[in-house]
Amino acid sequence: MAFYLAKRLGGMLLVLVLVSLLSFGIIWLVPGDPTSAFLDASATAEQATRLRHELGLDQPLWQQMVAWYGRLLHGDLGRSILLRRSVSVAILERLPVTLSLTALALAFAGLVGVAAGTLAATLQNRWPDQAIMAAALLGLSVPDFWLGLMLILLFAVQLGFVPTGGFVPFGESPSGWFRSIALPAATLALVQVGFIARMTRAAVLDVLHQDFIRTAAAKGLGRARVILCHALPNAAVPILTVVGIVAGAMLGGAVIVEQVFSIPGVGRLIVGAVLSRDYPVIQGGLLFLAAIYLTVNLAVDLLYAVADPRVRLE
Amino acid sequence: MRALPRLLGHRAFVTGAALVLVVVLAAISADWLAPYDPLRSAVRMRLRPPEAEHWFGTDHFGRDILSRMLFGARISLAIGLSTAMLTGLFGTMIGAAAGFFPRLDHPLMRLMDALMAFPAILLAIAVAAVLGASVANVIVALSVATTPHTARIVRASVLVVRRMDFIEAARAIGMGEARVLMRHVLPNVAGPLIVRMTYVFATAILAEAALSFIGVGPPPPAPTFGNIIANGRDFISDAPWITLFPGLAVVVSVLGLNLLGDGLRDVLDPRARA
Repeated sequence: MAFYLAKRLGGMLLVLVLVSLLSFGIIWLVPGDPTSAFLDASATAEQATRLRHELGLDQPLWQQMVAWYGRLLHGDLGRSILLRRSVSVAILERLPVTLSLTALALAFAGLVGVAAGTLAATLQNRWPDQAIMAAALLGLSVPDFWLGLMLILLFAVQLGFVPTGGFVPFGESPSGWFRSIALPAATLALVQVGFIARMTRAAVLDVLHQDFIRTAAAKGLGRARVILCHALPNAAVPILTVVGIVAGAMLGGAVIVEQVFSIPGVGRLIVGAVLSRDYPVIQGGLLFLAAIYLTVNLAVDLLYAVADPRVRLE
Repeated sequence: MRALPRLLGHRAFVTGAALVLVVVLAAISADWLAPYDPLRSAVRMRLRPPEAEHWFGTDHFGRDILSRMLFGARISLAIGLSTAMLTGLFGTMIGAAAGFFPRLDHPLMRLMDALMAFPAILLAIAVAAVLGASVANVIVALSVATTPHTARIVRASVLVVRRMDFIEAARAIGMGEARVLMRHVLPNVAGPLIVRMTYVFATAILAEAALSFIGVGPPPPAPTFGNIIANGRDFISDAPWITLFPGLAVVVSVLGLNLLGDGLRDVLDPRARA
């Protein structure tokens, strides 16, 4: 176990180094000068030179890279050009918003998806199965931001149940927080729940064809007990895998959904930075989200051993 | 060709093929079907709701939404198809190299892991923003975001195929490595690859819409599904039809492609599920 963990952490570190290289390198792709986005047309050449010097852009590339890694080792992602403050502080401030949005959406999608998928597997090829699978496929085909706009149109504009956008911190008003985050979380969950349902169905069906299920039924256990106590736990590993994939996908989905509902999360910060070419925030934000994603992946792999004692982590 | 009769008997495949065919035909015949010029604005016809002259209403420039959707389908489908082709091409090159040449496996796949660690849509947004808004750059951005997963799928299939007896037989009769790869390994990887490309086609249409919504998609005034929806956002309470109809067009196109993909998967790649 310890050996496995060390090996995995080593592998993750290697990928993180590559991720940091790619995050750093994305700025090389920019045609022209990254500072041009921050100077108005009246700026003199002297001002441009000074800004380039302040940002260290007048140094050779290898020195910029050494500086970037030097700061990274101290947990410093640099300073935002536009916000004029530390990138890591800006990200950490917005992190609780994004995490609560994703956690709520993941809980909802996980519960509904696993329940629907299990039900569909139990009633294979009967109409509830076909209805659930049709709904799941439809959900996978809907653009997330469009669904968000439609939900705003229905629940905020027409029915007036919730505000059309904006965010209320939990500490300020828990009910206000829930009203502000309910639609975004629902949007994020609805586009992913179909994927969880499809994978759960396949995993449970796989188990249902095995001998010990027939034995359990033969010894007189009720259908519900066979499904819940025998089939579902044995389908846990593939289900965990898909929930892990969805958790990663939701980080990406949150980027878009935060934009639709004007929620001040990490995704909105990074998209804003991309649009305004605030490249220290782009580099730091990409690296940060990738690190979260890799950590989630590792956590899911470790959970395999918890979910299924037969899994040996070596 | 043995697969064709089985595909035609597959309900999901046939339904998906029909939906995709409708969208493709509509896009191809946009010149004849569109009632108006998709770019012509008419100030007096601003924000008209769906009515006899404008089935799907008009936008804030008085442009006909139906006409814009028909021409938008062209660009959206072209982006989806090109992305599917490029992910197929580069995914095959990288995946085959990694799976067939053990020395390349580790470095190539770690690089793919690193690319996959970024949320795909954010990677596409960043690349598209950095390269600048154009149809070609959107295709490049979406290909960069989708290729790592394609490469992983191809590599997995290559690893299975290269251990099979007929590969050893081909080597035993003196066939060169390159020829073994091209003539015997790759044709056996085609099934999973075609399935993946179909799903990428669908994903790319969704992603183009998201990129346009963020503001890094193909630039206006040329219509795409995504930028018509993005335009409609500011008028969502007064003129919801601008957003509603192109969104439904995306759903129909993507649903069709997903059904097509499910059918292809069941027939061409029976080991994969869900």
